Amino acid sequence: MELIAKDLTKEFIRESKGTNRFVAVDKAELTLTGGETAVLFGRSGSGKTTLLNMLAGLLTPTSGSVTLDGQDIYSLSDRELSRLRNQSIGVIPQGQTAIHSLTVLENVLLPFTLYNDLTDDACAYAAELLERLDIAHLAAAKPSELSGGELKRMAIARAAVRRPQLLLADEPTGDLDDENTREVLTFLKELAASGSAVFIVTHENDAADYADRALRMNKGVLTEAEKQ
Amino acid sequence: MFKGLAVKNLKGRPVRTAVLVILTVLLSVTVFAGTVIVQSLRSGLDSLGSRLGADIMVVPREATSKKSFENMILQGSTGYFYMNSSVAEKVERTEGIGDLSEQFFLASTSASCCSVSVQIIGFDPETDFAVTPWIKKSFGRELEKFEVVVGNDLNAFVGDELSFYGTKVTVAAKLERTGTSYDTAVFANEETIKELIRSSIDRGMNDFTDVDPDRAVSCILINTAEGYTPEEVANDINIHNTKVRAVRTQELISGVSDSLGGVSKIVGILIAAVWVLGAVILLLTFTMSSHERRKEFAVLRVVGASRGKLAGIVFREALITCLLGGVVGIAVGLLLLLPFSGLIEQLLSLPYLMPGAGRIVLCALAAVAATAAAGAIAAAISAHRITGQDTGAILRGDN
Repeated sequence: MELIAKDLTKEFIRESKGTNRFVAVDKAELTLTGGETAVLFGRSGSGKTTLLNMLAGLLTPTSGSVTLDGQDIYSLSDRELSRLRNQSIGVIPQGQTAIHSLTVLENVLLPFTLYNDLTDDACAYAAELLERLDIAHLAAAKPSELSGGELKRMAIARAAVRRPQLLLADEPTGDLDDENTREVLTFLKELAASGSAVFIVTHENDAADYADRALRMNKGVLTEAEKQ
Repeated sequence: MFKGLAVKNLKGRPVRTAVLVILTVLLSVTVFAGTVIVQSLRSGLDSLGSRLGADIMVVPREATSKKSFENMILQGSTGYFYMNSSVAEKVERTEGIGDLSEQFFLASTSASCCSVSVQIIGFDPETDFAVTPWIKKSFGRELEKFEVVVGNDLNAFVGDELSFYGTKVTVAAKLERTGTSYDTAVFANEETIKELIRSSIDRGMNDFTDVDPDRAVSCILINTAEGYTPEEVANDINIHNTKVRAVRTQELISGVSDSLGGVSKIVGILIAAVWVLGAVILLLTFTMSSHERRKEFAVLRVVGASRGKLAGIVFREALITCLLGGVVGIAVGLLLLLPFSGLIEQLLSLPYLMPGAGRIVLCALAAVAATAAAGAIAAAISAHRITGQDTGAILRGDN
C-alpha cells in the first residue's frame, strides 16, 4: 500500500476575519507505505486535522492530489470514494463519535453492517479487538454508559475492524490516561506491523517513540521532524 | 443491521419518535376523515337527487314560505301540508307534463319504532314513478292496505306492527340506506295514508282539522314531457296557480350543492392547512433532529456511508414514522367516523351517506400517501442539508 499526497492545499474562506482566504494546509507532500507509522505534531489550528481529513477523502482539497496505490481518490465519485474509505481506510476521528442507538459491538461492526457484508470472521475479529482494547465487557452496553476513554477505544476498534490498509488517527489518545495511552499506541504500532500504514495526529510527544517517522505542521506547512 | 439502523434510531429516541408519530396520526386522521366526510356529503347529495326522482315538485305555497318543505326534504324534519285536489287537478292540466304522481304527507306522534315523530309519505301506486322503483329494490310486490315500508334508520323490522294515531300497520320491508331524510321516513300507499290522516283528524291531532283526506294532496311530482324544460313547466305552473309553488328539484339540490361546495371547500382548506402545517412541523423536527445528530451522520460518512446511504437512513426513518402514523390515523379516523356518522350528519344538516368500502379504502390509501408525501418532503430537505455538510468540520466541532 502506498499513499501519496502531492501539493496538497486547502484554503478556507473566512469572511469574519480580515483576510478572506485562509490557507489551512499549504502544498503538503507526504508518502506513507504499508507497515509504516508516522506521527504528526503541531499546535492547535496548524492544519493537522485538515490534512488528515483530506487524506481520508473527507475533505476535498483546493488543489493537489491524494493517491492510494496510484488511484487519485478525489477523482472517484462519492459512492466509490465512500466504498474505498469503508474498505481500505480506517479513521479515528477527534472526540466522541458513537452512534447512540447502537451498542458498543454494533458500533464496532458498523463498517460491515453498512454494506451488509458482516461475516463470522468479522464478528470474531471485532470481539478480539474489544478484548485487546479492554472493553469486551462493554460489548452490549450503549455508548451513553461509557466513559470518554472507553468511547475512544471503541472508535479505535471500529477503525481497525476492517483491517484497513491505511489507518488515520486524530488525537487517538486524547481522552486516555497514561496507561491506556501506552496501550493504544502499542496497539497502533501492532497494526502497522501487520501491514497497515498508520498516521497519527497527536499532541503526545511520547507517541514519537512508537513511530517510524515524525512530522510537524506549522501554519499549514508540513515538514519532517527529528524524532526526539 | 444497516436497514435496522433507522428502526434503532427511532427506538433510541422514544420521545421524539412518539411526537413524530402523533403528528403523523393527526395528519392522517385529518386527511382521511376530511376526505371521507366530503365523499359522504357527495354520496348523500347524489342519493338525494336519485331519491327525489322528479323534475318538479309542486307543494302548497305556504309550505315553501315556511321552509317546512325544504327542511323536510333536506334536513329530515317532519311536516305535512295539504292542498285541495281541485288545485292539484288545475296544476295537472299544465302543458308540458310527462309523468305525474301525487304524494300525501303526515307526521306521526311518537310510535313504537321511534322516540320522536316520523315522517309518513304516501304515494299513488298507479302513477308513482319516484318511490316505487326504489321500494322494489327491497320489496318485490306492491304494498297492501295497512302495510308500510320503513327507512333504514328507524328501529323497526319486517313483520313489526306499528301504531299511528291508533291505526295499526305492518312493516313489510326495510329500505336500504340513502343518507337522506328518507332514512327516517315511513312509506305507505295512498289507501293506507288516507286512513292514517283520517285517524289523526278523528283524534283531533292533525293541524288541518277541516281537511278531507279523500280530497287532500300534499305534493305533486312531475317529470316534464319531451321538448319541455323543467324551468318552463315550473314557471308556467307558478304563473297560473297562485296557491301552489312548483320547485325544480335541481334548484332544491343546488341549494344543498352550494352548501356542500362550501363545506367541501372548508374541509379542503382545512386538509391543506393541516397538511402544510404537518409537513412544516415534520421538516422542523427532522431538521432539528438531524442537526442534533450531525456528528452521528459524520461518523457514518467516516466509516464509509455515501451521501445516498445517509439520505436512505433519513428517508427510512421518515417512511417508518409516516406509515405507522398513517395507519394508526386511519384506524382512529374509522373509530371516529363509523360510530359517529349519525352525529356528523346531524351537525352538518346535509344529506350524508358513507361511501362504500372500496372508496373508503381509496380514501385511506390517499391519506397514507399524503402523510408519507409530507414525511418524504421533510426528509428530502433534511437529507439534502445533511449530505451537504462538511464531515471534517463537524467532527472538529466547527459546525
